[in-house]
Amino acid sequence: MAEATREGASGQAISDTFRGSAAGSKLKDSATGRGIEARTIPAFVAGEELAELGEDDRRIVVLTADLAHANRTIDFAARHPDRFFNLGVAEQNMVSIAAGMASTGLIPYAATFAAYLALLACEQVRTDCAYTGMPVRLLAHHSGMSLGYYGTSHHALEDLAITRAIADLTVICAADANQLRAILRRSLDWPGAMYIRLGRGRDPEVYPEVPREFEIGRAIRLRDGGDLTLIATGSEVRACLDAAESLAEAGIEARVLDMHTLDPLDRDEVLAAAAETGAVLTVEEHNLTGGLGSAVAETLAEAGAGVRFRRHGVPDEHVVIGPPAALYNRYRLDAAGIEATARELIGAERQPTR
Amino acid sequence: MTSAAKHPPRGTAEREALIERLKDRAKFVRLETVRLTRIAGAGHYTGTFSAAELFAALYYAQLRYRASEPDWPDRDRFVLSKGHAAIGLYPVLADVGFFDRSLLENYTRLDSSFGDHPDMRKIPGADFSSGSLGHGLSVSVGMALGARVQGRAFRVYCMMGDGELDEGQVWEAAMSAGQFQLGSLVGIIDRNHLSIDGDTESIMRLEPLENRFESFGWRVHRIDGHDLDAILDVFDLLDADPVAPPQLVIADTVKGRGVRRMEGDTNWHVGNLQGEDYDDVIAEIEAGLQPVGAGGGDG
Repeated sequence: MAEATREGASGQAISDTFRGSAAGSKLKDSATGRGIEARTIPAFVAGEELAELGEDDRRIVVLTADLAHANRTIDFAARHPDRFFNLGVAEQNMVSIAAGMASTGLIPYAATFAAYLALLACEQVRTDCAYTGMPVRLLAHHSGMSLGYYGTSHHALEDLAITRAIADLTVICAADANQLRAILRRSLDWPGAMYIRLGRGRDPEVYPEVPREFEIGRAIRLRDGGDLTLIATGSEVRACLDAAESLAEAGIEARVLDMHTLDPLDRDEVLAAAAETGAVLTVEEHNLTGGLGSAVAETLAEAGAGVRFRRHGVPDEHVVIGPPAALYNRYRLDAAGIEATARELIGAERQPTR
Repeated sequence: MTSAAKHPPRGTAEREALIERLKDRAKFVRLETVRLTRIAGAGHYTGTFSAAELFAALYYAQLRYRASEPDWPDRDRFVLSKGHAAIGLYPVLADVGFFDRSLLENYTRLDSSFGDHPDMRKIPGADFSSGSLGHGLSVSVGMALGARVQGRAFRVYCMMGDGELDEGQVWEAAMSAGQFQLGSLVGIIDRNHLSIDGDTESIMRLEPLENRFESFGWRVHRIDGHDLDAILDVFDLLDADPVAPPQLVIADTVKGRGVRRMEGDTNWHVGNLQGEDYDDVIAEIEAGLQPVGAGGGDG
């Protein structure tokens, strides 16, 4: 990681992947290859948003582990240097320090790669943040396989399974920058520790503006339809919306749920989807074990909801090397892959000869 | 604010009275450890006995706190990073008034607030939960930074075991405390020279401990951790400047100190005294500290 950090700070070749996009840069939709305007969404808005919130709320402190530029916590540091702490490449120390700070009345936001928060510092998260009920906010960026060809050491495809299993830890995935702003605003007075899962900061837009109605633990119905429900979280919400649009062109109407909060899970909305659409496909940038799909499956099974159901995510393997877009394509987590998977799910009954 | 020459000077009647009081309270820590262990069926005797004088000096002479207001924001913090010595801390917290002593009667029993390792959410006066070794110094760094950010003048004391220093996170924390110049942070190492499997120096060498911490930017004091005068003296030496190198007290101690059969014996890291042995040990503790190894020892 140290090597990657140095490389990321100076290397032009990888800086685009590593440092996130600048405002207004062009992104490519991995499904269509079409260009998407990143519009005015900067690489990572957490630093900027927290800097703004920090003007009024002096409890906010921000920590990072030698990634201040990559995750733009530097934007907070610039405005509140006395409340910003860079711990160097020492994630476990950072998490425990955040817990100690929280015990004195502060609200610490600790940001680094998801792999190092949820895996390397897992025990510090459990014992020092969750068990103690400390209001530490873990900003776990570059989650999933969004670091692409950096490889498995930098991927976090297990973090949802890990964090869901920790008591007294709220687990939320941000779909885009505006939703992240809403999550951060809500987080100020949310009790206990939070694991906030982020992409790589160049996430295509889902919410054109900061959602006002955002409630932790309450799923958002982004699109309605009666043929099936796509339940997505974090980075897969946009792709599911795009897939739903393509399905609609073929006459298949998909409900799309943004299940941003995995713990506590909005079980009512899951069961409503099963009852009202008869087919549920979960979509996540995570190992198929233990994440969104598992959480939804547990809910459906325990409720006795007989429904066509499939988990869609990364199979239980260490993913191949490749740029992020290529990986999403390989693992069918882009819009085209989701659309095809959805057709398989609901088409199985219609095309028994398949 | 803690400041220099806080305790009555040596040679005064006031000092002697204080020392007698602290000796008595250290004895109380050992007696309660033995008593509570019997309730639990097993307990960490020796790593608690080694810290008995330190507990007494901290809670009856050094720390600033309000037992009637456990969450007083300006209180000094005490982080028991070696959480397995909590059995010695609980009776002290009760004794100084954080909670009723009768609550300890169901120590470790179902639904008790008091487990082998402390839970801050259940125990008034416990400044942080602990048990997993290596975390406490980082937590303490966070508390000291919390004081700085909020302009509070409290000091943070973190008691670590020596075996705990094998944990890499301790050194991450030590590095950051030096980097941030946390003068309000006081590390205390209960240097009893034994971890579970034996002599720390043969398992994973710790010495030269002073040099190691000094090279991380700490000011280091080394004392006899059973000598209450030495403990008070070193507390008086602590610099009150919150922006200065962090301070460390290496307290050389004897694991199991105060009970001859346990002194320096790794077999008593966790144990449970039965029958006559229990009574003998109570009587021995009541008699007060004797020179180490006096009586030959039988364990």
